[in-house]
Amino acid sequence: MSASETLTPGTLTIDGFKVPIQGERNLLEVIRKAHIELPTFCYHSELSIYGACRLCVVEVEGRGMIAACSTLPEPGMRVRTQTGPVRELRKVNLELLLASGDHDCPTCGKSGSCKLQSLAQRLGVDKVRFNAPRETKPLDTSSHGLVRDPNKCVLCGDCVRVCQEIQGLGVLDFTRRGSQVTVAPAFDKAMADVECVQCGQCAAVCPTGAITVRQDVDEVHAALNDPSKTVVVQVAPAVRVALGELFGLGDDTHVMGRTVAALRRLGFHKVFDTAFAADLTIMEEGTEFLARRAKGEKLPLFTSCCPAWVQFMEQEYAGELPHLSSCRSPQQMFGSLAKDTLPRELGIDRANLVVVSIMPCTAKKSEARRPEFAVEGSPDVDFVLTTQELGRMIQNAGLALGELEPEGMDMPFGFKTGGGIIFGNSGGVTEAVIRNVVGVLGEGPVLEQVRSTRGRRTAVLDLPGGEVRIAVVHGLANARELMEDVRAGREHYDFVEVMACPGGCSGGAGQPVALDSRTRQRRADSLRRLDASMDLRVSKDNSLVTQAYKDHLGEPNSPEAHRLLHTHYRIRRRIQGDGIALTEEGGARIPVSVCVGTSCHIRGSQKLLQALLHHVEDQELGEAVEIRATFCMEACDRGPSVRVAGHTLHRADLEAVKDLIAKALKGELEPTEAGHACH
Amino acid sequence: MEATAPMAQEAGRRFEKVIQILDSHHRDRTRLVPILQAVQDEYRFLPEEVMTLVATSLGISPARVYGVATFYSHFALEPKGKYVIRVCDGTACHVKGSQDLVDALQSRLGLTGARKTTQDMMFTLETVSCLGACGLAPAMVVNEDVHGQVGPDQALEILDGIRQQEGM
Repeated sequence: MSASETLTPGTLTIDGFKVPIQGERNLLEVIRKAHIELPTFCYHSELSIYGACRLCVVEVEGRGMIAACSTLPEPGMRVRTQTGPVRELRKVNLELLLASGDHDCPTCGKSGSCKLQSLAQRLGVDKVRFNAPRETKPLDTSSHGLVRDPNKCVLCGDCVRVCQEIQGLGVLDFTRRGSQVTVAPAFDKAMADVECVQCGQCAAVCPTGAITVRQDVDEVHAALNDPSKTVVVQVAPAVRVALGELFGLGDDTHVMGRTVAALRRLGFHKVFDTAFAADLTIMEEGTEFLARRAKGEKLPLFTSCCPAWVQFMEQEYAGELPHLSSCRSPQQMFGSLAKDTLPRELGIDRANLVVVSIMPCTAKKSEARRPEFAVEGSPDVDFVLTTQELGRMIQNAGLALGELEPEGMDMPFGFKTGGGIIFGNSGGVTEAVIRNVVGVLGEGPVLEQVRSTRGRRTAVLDLPGGEVRIAVVHGLANARELMEDVRAGREHYDFVEVMACPGGCSGGAGQPVALDSRTRQRRADSLRRLDASMDLRVSKDNSLVTQAYKDHLGEPNSPEAHRLLHTHYRIRRRIQGDGIALTEEGGARIPVSVCVGTSCHIRGSQKLLQALLHHVEDQELGEAVEIRATFCMEACDRGPSVRVAGHTLHRADLEAVKDLIAKALKGELEPTEAGHACH
Repeated sequence: MEATAPMAQEAGRRFEKVIQILDSHHRDRTRLVPILQAVQDEYRFLPEEVMTLVATSLGISPARVYGVATFYSHFALEPKGKYVIRVCDGTACHVKGSQDLVDALQSRLGLTGARKTTQDMMFTLETVSCLGACGLAPAMVVNEDVHGQVGPDQALEILDGIRQQEGM
């Protein structure tokens, strides 16, 4: 070892070896560049630095023990990563974390992909000497996609930062102080009652089992074991490039074929491909785009495949909802087409057909529960399992995935083109649309842009009839930035693809937990390789999609296609609550509520409310009406919204509200179901 | 119900005040703490929906506002009484018998460790760690008024004085 050797400028020594400093943001990055994988919980290269877990401690000569993540690398630093005190401190820190909550591995859903567990093994923590008394906090199982278990939280803040910094939402934050600190949604509400869009990136970065994917495996097993049910399954594009990771088959190109074999052995009657529905989506969305372009209306068109993005739009950008493509996502297109056509073909009742999806996504669980995706209460997609859950089912059945002979999918919905496959990557939908519209596979600057991994990339595509300005974004914080640019008129686009998760669906929260940053790139590359290996790569060349139009749908955007493949959106409030009572309430008073949510506030609702309060005072209506300020009547595009005795006024002004109150006082208003908007 | 009109006025006035507070801080999100302090002065606590209104007006998430509001013990998330009595239980006051003070006030007000505010919303009784008035131990603060070297009897006298003033 050479601690005494002279240092050249711009280098430091790590455990006696010289390492150059090449613009790394912190000492941790320099150390990892030297192939020393220092343990961390709270450090993610894409998030801000928090410095909470203290596992990356190192000894720096002259400075003692410091956290590498929050130390600037300086030339001449002498860093030691493996001294006795450093090892001991890391171990004690980890031991304290293990003592801080419920870390009972065998019963934890994260077991096997838990950072806390693997670091405890790696650092050789063989007993926990501390026994912290603690009360058990309740689980939050309110949402369709995620389960929050505060008892397993180590307060690293990864979820807080990913939601704020990558998704621009800030659903979770630290609450309270000292030993009482808890990560929680606003006002300790349930996840389902706040602005969470179920993207699940919090679960993807959570190093323990504090936020996990909701498990629906038991329900699927029950359906498979029910002899009266015919269970069919669709597999999303991104699943096939990630499932193998759970079985040591990361680079195996036959994972999809082996998965088909596994699904049949698990008892699924038919195995289909969501990529078929993705091809169908391209036909519909491409046609919709060209029609809007011809009319020059509702541009830019925003893609609608990503349910987290759709919910984000519904909550945050109500005024722009008409711009969202009316196409259902591929999952839901598949579901409605399958439920509409398969019962006839298989000679069974719709009630006995069970459609299961295998998705890389937690938000898809929530999407499948949307009431508009059901016919008379029977959902188009009955159950959504994530890649993780399918992996568990296969493991549970004892199937050796790597040993199974690859099998082909069932027809007709198992047939797809490369265009459907690349849906799994950020930029994939755009590339598939370009292929379909231009009609050829291309290379060149436009596709180079579309395929890059930057947060937002833009390109201009030359088409007959003029240029098409394209933007592709991933991460909802990037989407928000783009929306603000479009709103302010700083940018003009014609076509915008948005995926909530970094990297698109292949980086979805339902995928196996990615233990390093290279995983996402590997999945993206694998999808491209699969695309390149396909004979057909343009969606309109999918002959069975063509057949489906002939047999069932007519042509793209036809009324029948609209019935089965398109949808509508609704404005959604972000946070549940009762509003602020501004007058005496109760008795026979007529309820009047004025929305003071963001959009209505911008449109002057606070002033309207003040004027209304003065009116009530002047006219001595205190005994007759009760006034509340509320948040969001889900009509943000038409604010300010005011509700009088269940009747909602949009674009309300004081005179109109006074009139309505006067009518209500005279008993001239039709009674309505309380609390529901009436137009 | 003579109280109706003044109460209606009161709630409306408070709401207007919140809007004024937000405006006077230019709806600047870095001013969250002083905004919450001013809002609490109006409501005597931080109602959930008012926090949501503050978040909406500042363009930050309600979770962030809640995080800040729960961090500082000065902020109250439940309604407090018109008179907030804070008995110091720092080392000096504790040694000088602050617990006797607390016991006397609790029994007179019908409060317990868990129930800190009287049903008529007149009194809230809290203990605080140190008022910085150790020379006056045991010390007690009623809203903004500091009382030093308070024994249980004096504490009850102060309480009765307030009640008289309020016509109770």
